[in-house]
Amino acid sequence: MAGSREFFNRRLHSLLGVVPIGLFLLVHLTVNHQATGGAESFNRAANFMESLPFLNVLEIVLIFLPLLYHAIYGLYIAFTGTANTGRFGFFRNWMYLLQRITGVLTLIFVAWHVWETRIAMIFGTPLNYQMMEDIFSSPFMIAFYVVGIISAIFHFSNGLWSFMVSWGITISPRSQVISTYVTMIIFVLLSIVGLQAIFAFI
Amino acid sequence: MADTKTVKFIITRQDTPESAPYEEEFEVPYRPNMNVISALMEIRRNPVNNKGQHTAPITWEMNCLEEVCGACSMVINGKPRQACSALVDKLEQPIRLAPMKTFPVVRDLQIDRSRMFDSLKKVKAWIPIDGTYDLGPGPRMPETKRQWAYELSKCMTCGVCLEACPNVNSKSNFMGPAVFNQVRLFNAHPTGSMNKAERLNAFMEDGGLTGCGNSQNCVQSCPKGIPITTSIAAVNRDATLQSFRNFFGSDRD
Repeated sequence: MAGSREFFNRRLHSLLGVVPIGLFLLVHLTVNHQATGGAESFNRAANFMESLPFLNVLEIVLIFLPLLYHAIYGLYIAFTGTANTGRFGFFRNWMYLLQRITGVLTLIFVAWHVWETRIAMIFGTPLNYQMMEDIFSSPFMIAFYVVGIISAIFHFSNGLWSFMVSWGITISPRSQVISTYVTMIIFVLLSIVGLQAIFAFI
Repeated sequence: MADTKTVKFIITRQDTPESAPYEEEFEVPYRPNMNVISALMEIRRNPVNNKGQHTAPITWEMNCLEEVCGACSMVINGKPRQACSALVDKLEQPIRLAPMKTFPVVRDLQIDRSRMFDSLKKVKAWIPIDGTYDLGPGPRMPETKRQWAYELSKCMTCGVCLEACPNVNSKSNFMGPAVFNQVRLFNAHPTGSMNKAERLNAFMEDGGLTGCGNSQNCVQSCPKGIPITTSIAAVNRDATLQSFRNFFGSDRD
């Protein structure tokens, strides 16, 4: 039983992607969506999140560390695979490739997004509706956020599918097909939520 | 006299394991119902390429000629499959033959699949029944289970699933999709299941089951139609439970 670290690392990577990172994504998208109710409504939701007790501990333990682990180990996974969709253009192989591409895109997006919002807040810029409105005054940033959010949501939704296979929840081909449909419906619905939030700031 | 129809081949060749591969073209006289093997035999009979030069006959492996041994696996028109069941009439010409590069090339189309057999040894893909006295008959196997286990037993270690897998490459030590199937097969057997934990623990080590990235190319490519991805998920579930038993403790085995 010498070298079974890989098993633990990979399963941890899979688990963290859903809990807590996936759950956090859902909370975050919900808070963002409050922007559709106007500046007042968004600021109220953002303030509530900021008023949570032990905020720094929650952020570090439930968001930052899991995200860092998932990102670094995810890069390792992505770059130890080889894209072969040219020779094997099956649907699932494309999803396999997209999962890795969206993972890298999401990492780039999240790194920039955290810098621009959470780190900026440490340096004194208040995190509110105004901040996001300023960011979206640039058309490039709108495009960047659209790509980033769609990537993150795809990576989460399709990640749920592979989570269920990797842990042995969906074994039969039928359950795997149905979970493909379910996770893709989740992808579409969450994308609508995410995009509505972006366009509420514009 | 009127029948001068020929079949064109473009074959990726390699003289030694270390030398650079190169392509050589051949044209062989057409016969009805030819398969790739019979065309290769035709070239061997008269090893002249389409420039009229005399060349070394092509090296390849074959054995059963009925798609049950897995020896003649090669990449035919971009798809890994067995040369014996690749019918010339059903292939687009020129027919391109290449070795399955996931494995070390010995010469021309001949590859070394030892890594697959080494993996089977690592995960103990057998049923230990040898002893110093007769143990009597083993437990009975339910007929329904025998039926699906039979499908798994069709694996001929041909290597096509490894060739199709994006995670079997020089950057990782992943054993490949075929191993999941063998672990599931021997764990499903009533006598084999007595060593279930041993097999799972061996397969949970580095290079084992966690290397799978769920691209599911294996199940699409398997020439025997083995439900490999079902085996993957089933072994994943067993490994999940085994890891809990390992950590929290269990009297199960």
